[in-house]
Amino acid sequence: MIKQFIPSALAAFALTSASVHAEDSVKVGVLHSLSGTMAISETSLRDVLLFTFDEINAAGGVMGKKIEPVVVDGASNWPLFAEKAKQLLDQDKVAVTFGCWTSVSRKSVLPVFEEKKGLLFYPVQYEGEEMSPNIFYTAEAVNQQATPAVDYLMEEGKKKFYLIGSDYVYPQTTNLILLEYLLSKGVPLENIGGGFSKDASGKIISAGKYTPFGHTDYQQIVSEIKQFAASGDACIISTLNGDTNVPFFKEYAAAGLDAESCPVVSFSVSEDEFRGLPASQLVGQLGCWTYFQSIKSPANEKFISNFQAWLAKSDVPGIVKEGRVTCSPMVLSYNGVYLWKAAVEKAGSFEVEKVMAALKGGISFDGPGGTVTSQKNHHLTKNVFIGETKADGQFKILKEFKNVVGEPFLKGTYK
Amino acid sequence: MTKQPFTGRLHTPLLIALAVILVVVIPLLNSLGIISNFTLGNWGKYLCYGILAISIDLLWGYTGLLCLGQALFFTLGGYMMGMHLMRMIGGDGVPTFLSMVGRTEWPSFFLPFSSFPFALLMMVVVPGMLAYVFGYLAFRSRIKGVYFSILTQALTYGAALLFFRNELLMGGNNGFTDFRTLLGFSLREDSTKRWLYIATALLLVLVVWGCKWLTHSRFGLIQRAIRDSENRVLFSGYATANFKLFIFVISAVIASLAGALFVPQVGIINPSEMDTSKSLEAVVWVALGGRGTIVGPVIGAISVNALKSWASVGATADFWPLMLGGAFVLVVLFMPKGMVGLPAQIQGYITRVSRNKSAAESPSSEPTPEATKP
Repeated sequence: MIKQFIPSALAAFALTSASVHAEDSVKVGVLHSLSGTMAISETSLRDVLLFTFDEINAAGGVMGKKIEPVVVDGASNWPLFAEKAKQLLDQDKVAVTFGCWTSVSRKSVLPVFEEKKGLLFYPVQYEGEEMSPNIFYTAEAVNQQATPAVDYLMEEGKKKFYLIGSDYVYPQTTNLILLEYLLSKGVPLENIGGGFSKDASGKIISAGKYTPFGHTDYQQIVSEIKQFAASGDACIISTLNGDTNVPFFKEYAAAGLDAESCPVVSFSVSEDEFRGLPASQLVGQLGCWTYFQSIKSPANEKFISNFQAWLAKSDVPGIVKEGRVTCSPMVLSYNGVYLWKAAVEKAGSFEVEKVMAALKGGISFDGPGGTVTSQKNHHLTKNVFIGETKADGQFKILKEFKNVVGEPFLKGTYK
Repeated sequence: MTKQPFTGRLHTPLLIALAVILVVVIPLLNSLGIISNFTLGNWGKYLCYGILAISIDLLWGYTGLLCLGQALFFTLGGYMMGMHLMRMIGGDGVPTFLSMVGRTEWPSFFLPFSSFPFALLMMVVVPGMLAYVFGYLAFRSRIKGVYFSILTQALTYGAALLFFRNELLMGGNNGFTDFRTLLGFSLREDSTKRWLYIATALLLVLVVWGCKWLTHSRFGLIQRAIRDSENRVLFSGYATANFKLFIFVISAVIASLAGALFVPQVGIINPSEMDTSKSLEAVVWVALGGRGTIVGPVIGAISVNALKSWASVGATADFWPLMLGGAFVLVVLFMPKGMVGLPAQIQGYITRVSRNKSAAESPSSEPTPEATKP
């Protein structure tokens, strides 16, 4: 480690001294957790961003300026995220920042970006109900993941839906929207499992079953699911997060449930998460994202091979080179950089207001997951894919929904 | 038992100079544009952590109670301030943390938090009462040492799990963010930020002064006697449980006030602040700075957090936890009295070397008595 550290510290000094003279460069912030609990997910996004910058620089940069990344570590520490955002905007005066994974980190930096008139690209599926003038959400909105998945399951003849998730804002909000969506599609309330909690006036304020982070005991919940699924036309909509998927799927298999009788569609398990999960136990289960590594297209093949080639010769300290995959948050980060580049070139300026105006005007980019187009509401129009898990941790694509318009405010829209 | 003089060993002129620099000079330089708003904001945060470190020192360094739950009191103070700040946002309807969970009205327990004096009172009462009840039960049952540490850690963990739950209506995992105004001043104004910094620096100076006074009073003597041999104090007729309870409540309130000032400066409060690792990290600051010295923990908190801010950027970003760990190991191995003990340690070393040297040259010279003092 020390041997690795000394050259990297020297490289840091070399970099800082070189950057003083770089007149024709533009500073770009990278704000992800490189340490702490979120590092396992977020480091991949740092890697893909650095790869994208190198790719753009090799092709001449943005408006003739080379991208000069400023990488900061939010360390899975939310106040530190806010501090780092201030630093990027105040000290480094970055033109744009790519970053954040969790909603809480985004909520922590949002006031900073609004106050200092910065620009943040946010790449990870989230609950919506937000549209900051200073954030562009390349992320999947709920209607680009949850509702298409339900459409698919209905086509497959499923009539009963069990909602389960980790107890935080994304699952809670997604399930409330799904409840409205299912009711609007004529699914009766008794066919929606997981339970409801109501306020004093009898209005449903929470739908589905919730377990805390790191929960391990799913015995009771799975036996409830087994009863619910006895009719054979049920499925499970899961927003369970990270590690909790392991005990959940173990218990699910032990209870004799399988993808044939009662499939699980998970919204928080991508190829990258499979690196830490026993993929073989999840074979046949469903996923829904706006990108899968298994997409067969020249753009995707080029993206994967370039990324792997970049990884192989990368000298970023501590970077993992073996067994790397690509997943939706990574591709949405990649798309974000190219959309920003196109917007800057369209606006003819690095100024945040002009770049945002260009983005709102609609900019298209042919990314690895197909064409994405920026919209007035700071979200993207993109393709949505339903995939089935294979033993190698990849997805077999079952269905594609073309050009789904991202919509942040969905509550109360399905009637 | 003579009362120790209040000056003398307290290095008062130096402390006064430091206080003036923190409270007056730094904000002045900021208003002149010499110190950037970003740096000032970071210092405001470091000083909050410094106050938290003092509250740990009061318990650990002076009373021998290693509390691994000070982050809980810090966060509770932060939540009380957060509740007030959320009430001050205004606008139509309720903030997103309530509408997310389907609420269209404020829960009744939020309503009195519109009043700042009430919020201020709660910053003292809520952590104070919790510390009182917990401390009463723990100290009455003669729970001490590692058992006390484990219990405080369990309490913090339980509280964090509770606050993560959305049903508590305290914002769940996301907590409170996007604050707008405090006492009618916009939190986005540079002047408001400067005043918040000044308030933090003032509180720090007051807490340092108050704790110096307390630990050098008769109370402080009993406090240290409890640390060194509780049974002897008990058999001398002192109700040690009451003394410990008093100091536990005081340090909870100090931590809470630090948390309350922390929140408007960093702009977020959520349950991860009461993570057990946060309490442990704060204990590390105290150990690094030098426990049982009041000023040492502040220096420890500031230097570790400044290092964290500096090192979590660029090529060193991957390595800063390693640096922190390395610094901790070095201090534990070579600087048993922490950073504030270093000058005395060096002085002692120089004296030893020169004494050996002069002893070799002229065996009659006397060693200086001051330099051998710890």
